[in-house]
Parts: sequence; structure tokens; C-alpha cells
Amino acid sequence: MITLEHVSFRYPSGLLALNNIDLNIQGGDFVAIMGENGAGKTTLAKQMNGLLKPSQGRVLVDDQDTKKVSVAQLARKVGLVFQNPDHLLFSETVKDEVAFGLKNFGYQPEVVEKQVERTLEALGLTEYKDTSPFLLSGGERKRVALASILASEPDYLILDEPTIGQDYLQKERLRNFILQLYSQGKAVVMITHDVEFVAESNPKVILLSKGEIVATGSADSVLSKDELVTRVSLVKPQMSRLFGTLSRYGLPRDVVDVHRARMLLEEKLSEAKATVP
Amino acid sequence: MSRASREIIVARNLGFKYAGAKKPAIQEIDLSIGEKEFILLTGPSGCGKTSLCRCLNGLIPNFYQGEWTGELMVGGLDVTTQPTSELSREVGYVFQNPENQLFALNVEKDIAFGPENLGLTRGEIRARVDEAMRVTSTGPLKELAPYELSGGQQQRVALAGVLAMKPNIIVLDEPTSFLDPRTAEEVMQAADNLRKELGLTILVVEHRLDLVARYAERIVVMDAGRIVADGNLEQILDEKFDTLEALGVGVPRVSLLWSMLRTDGLVKGRVPTHVEDAASALSSMMTD
Repeated sequence: MITLEHVSFRYPSGLLALNNIDLNIQGGDFVAIMGENGAGKTTLAKQMNGLLKPSQGRVLVDDQDTKKVSVAQLARKVGLVFQNPDHLLFSETVKDEVAFGLKNFGYQPEVVEKQVERTLEALGLTEYKDTSPFLLSGGERKRVALASILASEPDYLILDEPTIGQDYLQKERLRNFILQLYSQGKAVVMITHDVEFVAESNPKVILLSKGEIVATGSADSVLSKDELVTRVSLVKPQMSRLFGTLSRYGLPRDVVDVHRARMLLEEKLSEAKATVP
Repeated sequence: MSRASREIIVARNLGFKYAGAKKPAIQEIDLSIGEKEFILLTGPSGCGKTSLCRCLNGLIPNFYQGEWTGELMVGGLDVTTQPTSELSREVGYVFQNPENQLFALNVEKDIAFGPENLGLTRGEIRARVDEAMRVTSTGPLKELAPYELSGGQQQRVALAGVLAMKPNIIVLDEPTSFLDPRTAEEVMQAADNLRKELGLTILVVEHRLDLVARYAERIVVMDAGRIVADGNLEQILDEKFDTLEALGVGVPRVSLLWSMLRTDGLVKGRVPTHVEDAASALSSMMTD
């Protein structure tokens, strides 16, 4: 479990980026942290893998205080995939890039090879294994960065804006991969602005604004509330906006994903058809 | 396909293969873009969108090595024979991450950097910077350092810096990826404003159609280096919905919903692009 207890963090510039955050992340959790630009989302992520240490309060990773263990030790448990893939990539081929972390952790070559293959396959990168990461598109580089962290199977995976530059099929693939991870008992935390991705993936949503947690709940309950969504500079998912209007016909307001919307409308429209004389 | 007043970008059988790559990044591209068009360029990850944009401002073939085929004229200039310095007066490029683009000590200096390097008079530089700040509403930020700005502000400053070069075309390559949805809207509006006020041609690369659908009339869809659809956005969305879906283009969720209900035989007619259109169409079918 990752536990944040009354965590506040002030940057050397004086900016209070996090203010009294209490949070628990455990195996099997799938959490989306959302909030406006500058809300403190990335700062929060860096607290979880020990890259930043709290100014007040404490962060425990499996009962170890992040102030007392090295970032390298924490890296085996907590994998953080940065927003900008170029901060992470440096190897000559995609395969080497993904193998790098595993080799560093001291795994046997055959284990490394197998794990690299598995991860590349899962993320649709197999055909690029001998290509230089720098010849790939932005979206593909982003997936290589993700693969390089995923390969070592950390218990807690933190993804900073994983859907940036990804097309819809890649997002589906990512969603399935995340689903697989947390059903295996890993914890997945993603930082994102992508309301439609959240609406269709249904994680637990934590809204962060100006360094404080302002709401926690399911995607449909949080993302269908105007005042919350506006406060953190998000926009409501399209389905929620649609059902806001349709609620006057007796349909629920808290609809955020397209599949539930379809079911409700199928019912409603068949009903309407049946009553037409 | 929308026919424009005067063609500002013309590609004929354009292709490019990066040195060392197995497949061409783009191939057999025929494209003509008119003045003052607002175009959405989309397609699956790795389809060649960014490579095509790199051709427009001459980064390809001037900085990237590889095999070039076909021809590309931008603002009447042949891209293969013009130095990028000439092309940069014609095409402004705004990158995905504004942090890669801003470097001066304050906003005003950053915006002035381009025109200062064109050997213009002080008066002309001043006028360009002021105009660029006015159109992008960045005047109030001029004393601030780039790192003091929010993501949306940074992206507007990047836009202003490009604008101060007085290009006729602005290419925005996934300009809002790093921004929250409201701020993304602000950047798209700023881009739209450039077309309306200054008559610029705007080309936006984006996966999320819902963000750009309000501004772009035309959509160009690429797959595996080729253009697979090109035309009026609403029309393409309606007629080629399944193709777009299969390619992984992020079609607006209301369009997807409508298409599903249409398959179910519950609704008829054109796929809506906006929430409002879907809401009014569905409302008219309901009883209280």
C-alpha cells in the first residue's frame, strides 16, 4: 500500500504545490487523478515514488517511509512513467530501451528477453523492436517509455498523462492493459485530462485543485457534476452533456460512457416508438 | 472537397522515407490547400501526420535525411530548393510541448526573437510583436518568464512567436495535448482567431475530433503514410464513420452513440458532430 499522511509540499520557490493530502493506494486499485494545469498532479505522483519528499507529513510505500529509502529501491515497487517520453528514452533500439531497467535490476538474460517480448507484444511494439526510439512517432515513443517501466512489473504503476498523442485504438489497448494489471492485483494510478478516457474506463476519480483534494468518487458521479468539473478546468464528457439535456425526459443525468448511454436510449426510444399511435 | 480561393499548399505524389526506415513515412500524397482554410489533419499514431507537417516547413528534406519523391509547393516556393529560413516566413510551426519552443527570459523577448533575426527595423519588430501579442491576448504576460506561465499561456506565447514571423500558414501539431480541456479550448480559439482576423491558413494535427470539429470545415485523414479521406468534416464523419472508427480516429462520442443507435434502427439521418445537435435530434424523438 502507498499511504500519504497529511502530505504538504512546498517547492524551493515558495509555491505550495500540495496541501494536506491524505490518500491510500492499494493493490487492485485503479485511480485517476484529475485537475487543472498546475493543480499539483505531477508533484503528487513524484511523492509516490520518492522523487520528491514531503515538506510536511509522510509517504509510506509498503510501510517504508520514502525519506528513509532510496529512489532506486522504491523504483522496484513503484514505476512512474513521465508525461514526456523523451525524458526517459536513450537507448539505440526499442528492445534495449525496454530491457534496460530489467538488466539493472539484475534479472537473468533469458528472463529479460522473455519479459521484453511480452511487454512489446502487449503494447503493439513488436514490429519496432530493432528500431531506434527516436525514429518513432510521438505516440509510439510514449508507448516505448511505458513499456520500459511496465517490463519490470512494478506493484504500483503511475502513469502521467498516458493517453497523450495516442489514437483511439491505442487507448483501447492501454485500457485493456491497465485492466489486466489491476485485476492481477497491481495498483494503477493515472494522471490525466482525458475525460472521455476516464468516462469509458471507470476508475476511482480523485479531483485535485490548487494542491488540495476537492472530490473523490466514481467517474459517473464526479464527472457529471458541473460545479466540480468547472472548478478544475475540465469539461464534462460528451455523454454527460447530452444526458444533462435529456434528463428532462426522465433519463438519468449521471451518464458518462457511451455504452450505458446506448442501453438507456435503446430502451427509451423503443418505448417512444411503441407509444406512437 | 472544399475548393478554396487560391492554393497555398500543393503536393503532388509526395513521398518521403527516412534514412534507415523500412517503409516510407508518407507516400503518394496529393493535397491542395487553399488560403484561409482551417484543416484538421488526423489518423492513427504513426500514420505520417507529423512527417507531412515537417515537409511543409522544410524540416524534411533539409534536416531529416532520406528519400524524397514528388513535389511540394508552399506559398509558391518549392520546398526542396528553398532554405528553411525562407520557408519559416511562409509556415509557422507550433509544437506539441510549448516547453520545447520557449527559451527567452521573458515573453516579449521570446516573441521578438524571430523577427529580430530577420534583419528588420526596430519599428517593424515592435509593430510585429505588438500585433502578435494583441491577436493572442498575451500582452498582459509580456514581463513574465516562460516558466511562470500556465500551459495554455505558454502555448499562446508560442503561437505569438510564430505569428511575429508573419507566416501565411500556421501548423499546430497536437497543440493541446499537455493542456486541460478548458485551456485547450482557449488555444483552439486563438488559432481560429488568426484565421478570422488575419486570414491565415490553419492546419491542426489532432486525434480528438470533438476538440477541433467546431472550427475545422475540412478533415484530412491519413493511414500508413497515405491520405485515405479528405473533405468536409461533417460529411466525412457521416459517410466514412466506420472507416474512421476502424482507423482509431477519436470520433466524437455523440457521433459514435448516434451511429450505434442508427445500426439498431432506432434513429435515422446524418451523424451529428456536436452534443447540441445530438441533443436536439434525440429530444424531438422523445415523449415526456
